[in-house]
Amino acid sequence: MAIRSVSAALGAMGVVASCLFSGPGRAAEPIKVGEINSYSTLPAFTLPYRNGWQMALEEINAAGGINGRPVEVISRDDNGKPGDAVTVANELLSRENVSLLMGTFFSHIGLAVSDVAKQRKVLFVAAEPLTDAMTMEQGHRYTFRLRPPTRPQVAVLVEEAAKLPAKRWATVAPNYEYGQSSVAVFKAMLSARRPDIQWVDEQWPAQGKIDAGATVQALARAQPEAIFNVTFGPDLIKLIREGNTRGLFEGKAVVSMLTGEPEYLDPLGAETVPGWIITGYPAAQIDTPEHKAFLKAYQAKYGELPKLGSIVGYSTMKSVAAILAKAGSTDTEKLVAAAAGVKVATPFGEITYRPEDHQSTLGLFVGKTAVKDGKGVMVDWTYKRGEDYLPGLAEVKARRPAD
Amino acid sequence: MITFSVRGLRKSYGGVPAVREMDLDLRPGEILALIGPNGAGKSTCFNMMTGQVVPDAGSIRLFGRELIGLKPRQIWRLGVGRTFQITATFASLTVLENLQLALISHHHRIRALLARAGSLYRDEALALLRLVGMEPQADRPCSILAYGDLKRVELALALTNDPKLLLMDEPTAGMAPRERIELMRLVARIVGERNICMLFTEHDMDVVFAHATSIMVLNRGRLVTRGSPGEVRDNAEVQAIYLGSGAVYDADAVKGVA
Amino acid sequence: MEFLFSQFLTGLASASSLFLVASGLSIIFGVSRIVNFAHGSLYMLGAYIAYSLVEHSGLGGGNFWIALPVAALGVALLGLLLEVTLLRKIYHAPELLQLLATFGVVLVVQDAVLMIWGPEDLLGPRAPGLAGAVRLFHQAIPQYDLFLISLGPVVLALLWLLFHRTHWGTLVRAATHDRDMVAALGVNQASLFTGVFTLGALLAGLGGALQLPRGAVSHAMDLQIIVEVFVVVVIGGLGNVFGAFLAAIIIGELNAFGILVFPQMTLVLTFLAMAVILVVRPWGLRGKPQSLAHGAAVAGGRVLRRLPPAAGKAFLLVAVLLLALPWLGSGYALNVATEMAIYALFAASLHLLSGIGGMVSFGHAAYFGLGSYGAALAAKSLGLPMELALLAGPLTGALGALVYGWFCVRLSGVYLSMLTLAFAQITYAVAFQWSSLTGGDNGILGVWPSHWASGPVAFYYLTLVVCGGSILILRHIVFSPFGYTLRACRDSEIRADAIGIDARHHRWLAFILCGFFAGLAGGLFAFFKGSVFPDSASIGTSVDGLVMVLLGGIQTLTGPVVGAVIYTALRIFVSTYTDYWRAVIGVVIILLVVAFPQGIVAWTADRFQAWRAIRPAVKTKEKAA
Repeated sequence: MAIRSVSAALGAMGVVASCLFSGPGRAAEPIKVGEINSYSTLPAFTLPYRNGWQMALEEINAAGGINGRPVEVISRDDNGKPGDAVTVANELLSRENVSLLMGTFFSHIGLAVSDVAKQRKVLFVAAEPLTDAMTMEQGHRYTFRLRPPTRPQVAVLVEEAAKLPAKRWATVAPNYEYGQSSVAVFKAMLSARRPDIQWVDEQWPAQGKIDAGATVQALARAQPEAIFNVTFGPDLIKLIREGNTRGLFEGKAVVSMLTGEPEYLDPLGAETVPGWIITGYPAAQIDTPEHKAFLKAYQAKYGELPKLGSIVGYSTMKSVAAILAKAGSTDTEKLVAAAAGVKVATPFGEITYRPEDHQSTLGLFVGKTAVKDGKGVMVDWTYKRGEDYLPGLAEVKARRPAD
Repeated sequence: MITFSVRGLRKSYGGVPAVREMDLDLRPGEILALIGPNGAGKSTCFNMMTGQVVPDAGSIRLFGRELIGLKPRQIWRLGVGRTFQITATFASLTVLENLQLALISHHHRIRALLARAGSLYRDEALALLRLVGMEPQADRPCSILAYGDLKRVELALALTNDPKLLLMDEPTAGMAPRERIELMRLVARIVGERNICMLFTEHDMDVVFAHATSIMVLNRGRLVTRGSPGEVRDNAEVQAIYLGSGAVYDADAVKGVA
Repeated sequence: MEFLFSQFLTGLASASSLFLVASGLSIIFGVSRIVNFAHGSLYMLGAYIAYSLVEHSGLGGGNFWIALPVAALGVALLGLLLEVTLLRKIYHAPELLQLLATFGVVLVVQDAVLMIWGPEDLLGPRAPGLAGAVRLFHQAIPQYDLFLISLGPVVLALLWLLFHRTHWGTLVRAATHDRDMVAALGVNQASLFTGVFTLGALLAGLGGALQLPRGAVSHAMDLQIIVEVFVVVVIGGLGNVFGAFLAAIIIGELNAFGILVFPQMTLVLTFLAMAVILVVRPWGLRGKPQSLAHGAAVAGGRVLRRLPPAAGKAFLLVAVLLLALPWLGSGYALNVATEMAIYALFAASLHLLSGIGGMVSFGHAAYFGLGSYGAALAAKSLGLPMELALLAGPLTGALGALVYGWFCVRLSGVYLSMLTLAFAQITYAVAFQWSSLTGGDNGILGVWPSHWASGPVAFYYLTLVVCGGSILILRHIVFSPFGYTLRACRDSEIRADAIGIDARHHRWLAFILCGFFAGLAGGLFAFFKGSVFPDSASIGTSVDGLVMVLLGGIQTLTGPVVGAVIYTALRIFVSTYTDYWRAVIGVVIILLVVAFPQGIVAWTADRFQAWRAIRPAVKTKEKAA
């Protein structure tokens, strides 16, 4: 039954192709999944991500695949350009006849692929893109997303920030949508909780081109008691080094997005400033059984600690497998129906893809920075479940277009 | 009737006068040579007449119309054709295309997007090339022409706007002696046939004395004398200026042509 | 007051770093006229090599101070190799081809760095002895900043001594002033160029190594610095080291103080400054007017010919194949062909401006991007159907070109090129930051074609007709009186003026025309991809266009189209099969540049002509035998 519907979905060309290439072994014909990410543009994040999904893929196929069929992932680089991402998405759909798409890191690329999914009526499981728009204003029937977007990431930090005595706040964020919306949400949420707070300065360095000395001085001049940081990567490293030299962080509280992710924390090394409130991923310290199993397997396979990208890649692949298994078919409508509310086991525990906004309930870790043996680590962390911070049903209804 | 008249023309660079108080008149059929040693002010004079240099004072009139303040392209449209001391042609166009473009411009069609330039004014262009003896090379790009040939293309270009006045800055510089005589004979013939006038600067005294109907001698921006070749040759001051400069001229050659 | 003083020092420290890199680029350009795109790569290599020396040499303690000169010398050696093995082979090629070659080098170095040093950002130690800060007027100033601030003038002084007190330096200055004169004096140009390039690489490597104590070493370093350094060189005046010094201070201080006044303007501040300075001073602060022959160098005296009958037949065959493609290829092949057609039009419009008009645009993406946004906004905000929205693309492109072009045509040479870049960056920044209109970096989504054109076949035919028709129109324009006029203005502005042509005016018209067709390509691109993002107006898109034109051959008409097809094919297919597509494409570009210095099409045409010239002779011989 399943096989027949597959053939129907693939259409005439697919039938010809499968007859030509799979011959009598049609029962073992693989389910093709198209995967797109910015491998050449953002290797620091996407290479661990690829390790993650490849490991998950091996596990899935070692366990006999999905309903007796192996899963095959056809992976493409989007060159960091949304236009190229659309090209490879079309290639995967037209030439490789993949049953669904997964992946992407940058928000704008995620949105571009999501729009293709909407146009061509095909399931897209977005891995990384953080923009709220993905599941809200630009949300639609065919796109689902794994990672908690900007808003819950900020909300988790606001909870901690509100507890601080600091009243004078400054912000520093990269000058694009992710930075802008993070700061806007942070300010709105924190001001709502703490009307006594004053916003004394905001800095908007261009992504990748921070003039760190000048930015640090400008921040220092405003004499804030606390700073909300959204910069990451090389910009953050420069900011911290300059800030340390000039004593910016002395006696100030800092709340910082994503800084605890190994991708960004590891390169900081001894420069790490202790006591920052951060979101991230304390890979070596989590001792839930799910995570321990994942950690052991990952270290055995790759000989290094996983990064957050590894978790994302692994969980995205597992999500795709769960959806395929639940749907029992590769027909898009059945896949979409299955994806709504599907439960997936991840290293962070079981998650659900919410039917109302297609956002998974994957959570995140919030904690503090510390320096141990000349390396930055995350301490005093707790896991925050996604469902507790995602927007409520009313907000979803108001912001997300109806299908 | 006076075609071209210059009055009280003056120009100095940073306080150093290059040309002071220059007057001249040109009538149809007249070929006036502007001569003088290096730094005499010939080129400055020339460039003021073509519109490339703005004079400090004076007036330059073509058929009574003031030229000062006009750009070179506007002066060209009034009927002044010119050649350059160092040839300036369009290197990546063929000889024929160079001529066709100048004719297209003369007929105000340079902004046309639909016409095929290659078929416009082809016969006129070829006729001009025939006149200067460049027809056999019409399809060669200007970038590979010999220097003497480029000078002839320049002459043809200068004739595309049916000029009333020809301004030629050292028209024979860089040419072989025989070519020089040929070119200047041709120019003299054109001037005569079309009853136009011509002004040129020149270093080669053979050329000057063989073809000019009158000669103006400049020195340090000042007019030394003006007169017929015979008068200028006998002028003591001119002889003093040219003495030792190595420039000699052959009176017999002049007679031979005349 | 104290704060302003320390902010001023911070600006000076950034200026010093910028100056080191920019001075090298300026010297190289001054002498060899090479627009060295790979200068940022040399800078990045300086940083990576210094990192490895510090971390893995086992020298311990103060080895940063040893690593610094060693890294700089190492990069100088790489520069020397690059010059001798690659650039020297193409000095006689058209002027811009070296730019293409160095672009190939950029791609190769990016992947080489990834292979050698891995994907992670690397953080080196602080500078030994200068790790802390000193307090000046109650403000903490990093000691290392003070070191950098003093290093700038020291390097400037050393360069001055080199250029004014040594024989070699005098030759370099003379060559910067007048290359041909030095050649005429019998100076060995090749060794002069090698020396200059090595010196430039040394300075770039030093600049990179000096960044080690200031922050992370990362893959994006090359592209982050290269544009800014070009800005500095151009503002200062090409080939003028002191000008570069002044310009570096201006940019450094502008960034330091700009963020206090306009914190949101970080994306565009430098480019606004460059645009203003170039409009006021068309040759930069200290530059001298370039000879007007720059545009002529693009053509190199090569005459454009209409196609011979044999090529006409080939063209017909291609046209038939293109029309039959839906029966020959899959949906994906149509997709790729559609993309190629759009880029071919983009490249052809750039070629009319740069190759025919002699105005080399580094910012042609501005009009492509404007066209994309114009079409997308017409469709999404005004609710127009695709057929009408597509018209909005070329109109916005032309409008942008009308405004930008008015300023650009007042400049010449590389100054003009950099002003086009500045306008493109300003366009990019507007698209990026005017979120309420453009959606910011999240772009405009859902720009899909009308129902009849939504299938791959229908959209392919639509694109083929529009792009093919436009390319034929552009081709026709080249042979029209207007096309002749443009070519004339490029070859000799003074002669054009002497036959009644207002060069500036016609160049401006050319800008508008090219903006129109680039905008048309952009509008099609928007409907083809279904979405529009600021990257359609980015430097990357401008560079892609330039690479296409140069690869195919800037001196031929078919070149840009062939270049667009080849480059698009390379990018799509190579990146399908390897992560290291940049290295592969880089190597291919370098090989093509060395093999076909005139461009692929010009090379083919020359061979074809030579063959035709030989063939009759051979036939007669055969008959005689």
